[in-house]
Amino acid sequence: MNALLEVNDLKTYFYTADGIIPAVDGVSFKIDRGETLGIVGESGSGKSVTARSIMRLVPNPPGKIINGSILFKGENILTKKEKQMRMIRGNKIAMIFQDPMTSLNPLFTVGNQIVEAIIIHQHVSKREAIERAVEMLKLVGIPSPEKRIKDYPHQMSGGMRQRVMIAMALCCQPDLLIADEPTTALDVTIQAQILELISDIKEKFNMSVMMITHDLGVVANIADRIIVMYAGKMMEYGDVEDIFANPLHPYTKGLMESIPRISSNEKRLKSIQGTLPDLTQDFKGCRFAPRCSCAKDICHNEEPPLVQNGSRIVRCFQYLSGGDEKYGKSS
Amino acid sequence: MENLLEVRNLKKYFPIKKGIFSKTVNYVKAVDGVSFSVKQGQTLGLVGESGCGKSTTGRTILRLYEPTSGNIYMEGQDIVPLGKKDMRKKRRDMQMIFQDPYASLNPRLTAGQIIGRVIDVHKIASGKEKEDLIYHLLDVVGLNAQYYNRYPNEFSGGQRQRIGIARALASNPKLIICDEPVSALDVSIQAQIINLLQDIQSKYNLTYIFISHNLAVEKHISDNIAVMYLGKIVEFASKDDLFANPMHPYTIALLSAIPEPDPKKNSARVKLEGDVPSPINIPIGCRFAQRCPQKKAICEEKEPELIDTGKGHFVACHFGR
Repeated sequence: MNALLEVNDLKTYFYTADGIIPAVDGVSFKIDRGETLGIVGESGSGKSVTARSIMRLVPNPPGKIINGSILFKGENILTKKEKQMRMIRGNKIAMIFQDPMTSLNPLFTVGNQIVEAIIIHQHVSKREAIERAVEMLKLVGIPSPEKRIKDYPHQMSGGMRQRVMIAMALCCQPDLLIADEPTTALDVTIQAQILELISDIKEKFNMSVMMITHDLGVVANIADRIIVMYAGKMMEYGDVEDIFANPLHPYTKGLMESIPRISSNEKRLKSIQGTLPDLTQDFKGCRFAPRCSCAKDICHNEEPPLVQNGSRIVRCFQYLSGGDEKYGKSS
Repeated sequence: MENLLEVRNLKKYFPIKKGIFSKTVNYVKAVDGVSFSVKQGQTLGLVGESGCGKSTTGRTILRLYEPTSGNIYMEGQDIVPLGKKDMRKKRRDMQMIFQDPYASLNPRLTAGQIIGRVIDVHKIASGKEKEDLIYHLLDVVGLNAQYYNRYPNEFSGGQRQRIGIARALASNPKLIICDEPVSALDVSIQAQIINLLQDIQSKYNLTYIFISHNLAVEKHISDNIAVMYLGKIVEFASKDDLFANPMHPYTIALLSAIPEPDPKKNSARVKLEGDVPSPINIPIGCRFAQRCPQKKAICEEKEPELIDTGKGHFVACHFGR
């Protein structure tokens, strides 16, 4: 079976006054039908830019996709004209954003905004569109949707607005839903409701989901496979259970150790020293090397390749076969 | 051990004004009768979701908001009746670290000047002495001396939060109110800041009130935890007690809603329907009743009181054991 979405060596750079920022620098992955892919990383890791590149929503200038291909159902999205892209965006691939407070237009009722999307993509009458909008709102669990459809965004709570965003994203039954930190702005009890809703509708429509988050707890609960990103690069890629059971990359390990857990009684958290490198400067070697506790000379001079390790892919010299000599035996 | 801070029946209502004469039509009852005490050198965690009044409680203790009623005893002295001048002196002992390191530092002052302001206001030191003190504080929070003359925009989020901590330490306080100090930071940076806060606590014997929505962080740093819901404390217990034996249905739901970073632990969740009610029209009876999975008739009639169930584990529920 062909993958629904295949991203090959995607590079999105930003050309700013301070220099070129390689926000996404050679990312490759695929998403199968019905799969949930989690992309984890901290701020500046390039996870959101990856998502926006797929939607072709990277502001140009300063951003530009300079390399790679994005195959959606076998067709390269990057060569499509804006007009063709509009038929895909919101229709076949839908996106929900982090901040439900700012991603709805405050001047229109929520009904109006959902109906607009339905009319544009499905070519139905206004009446039918309203019916469908009510149906969608019901599906995402908004009580008395016939009434709430006439509400303005400010009359709704954060959780409700995120539900409206999801309803809007689903109204054209997309094949792929990209969720960019959909629960970060919400309280935990509301977050649990929204995550459950996303899983439910994914099953219902046999949709694929790309979940972008900084919260390892969220991906652990929802994703099938995950990508760990750092400073524009893919650091590790594999099944969620494998990665959580046995993280290979020093960054993934560090990340997992630095979260306080309810289930542990550690007195002191392990932290990763330092901060993200400045990418505008000419950067040599592994991007994580300046903060890595097992970095060797080679790590500072050469960029490690992606290494296949069983079903996993990891970007680290430690796992390169025959790399032991190059890397120097770890003591 | 003695109580450093004791809060008794603290209330903070914000008036809602309408019409030409700004008549007060109603109140937002942000904090509605909160009592607790903190011992010297300990950390009290205040947890809850947005709108539960945890930040308002923190700010009201420092009298950044004037309390509507209630008493705040700092080392046995009630600070509510203090005048402006006296209160300013008192704030030398009571400092605050804010959530957003991007908004809480003046962008036109250098790191050194930001910390120096506190030293000036409280007339702690001047001249060379002041400069030395600032360098010392930068060192304590793990910032290089060369950062003295840099502006906030040159710092990352984690470094800014370190400046915020240095500023709070400048007056050599006894109590620091930490209002979500790590929520705006990335996980790897969050751990650095939590470790730093713990280090300086043991070094200077500081007392913390640690406000957070993240129970995992609270579990890590606090000694006692108060869970708040809609302006009231619904459960108060030592950290170990609270996590081993949560009693209030809201605490139980909150604990189960946290996604554990472990795919195998996809445990059964206690689902909470709906949202937090508005703090303007607070429901009669138990504030949590509308969302409570174990609601009985009495819950919508009578408000439960915060009762000690033994060993200092307090719970406000008609059916809390």
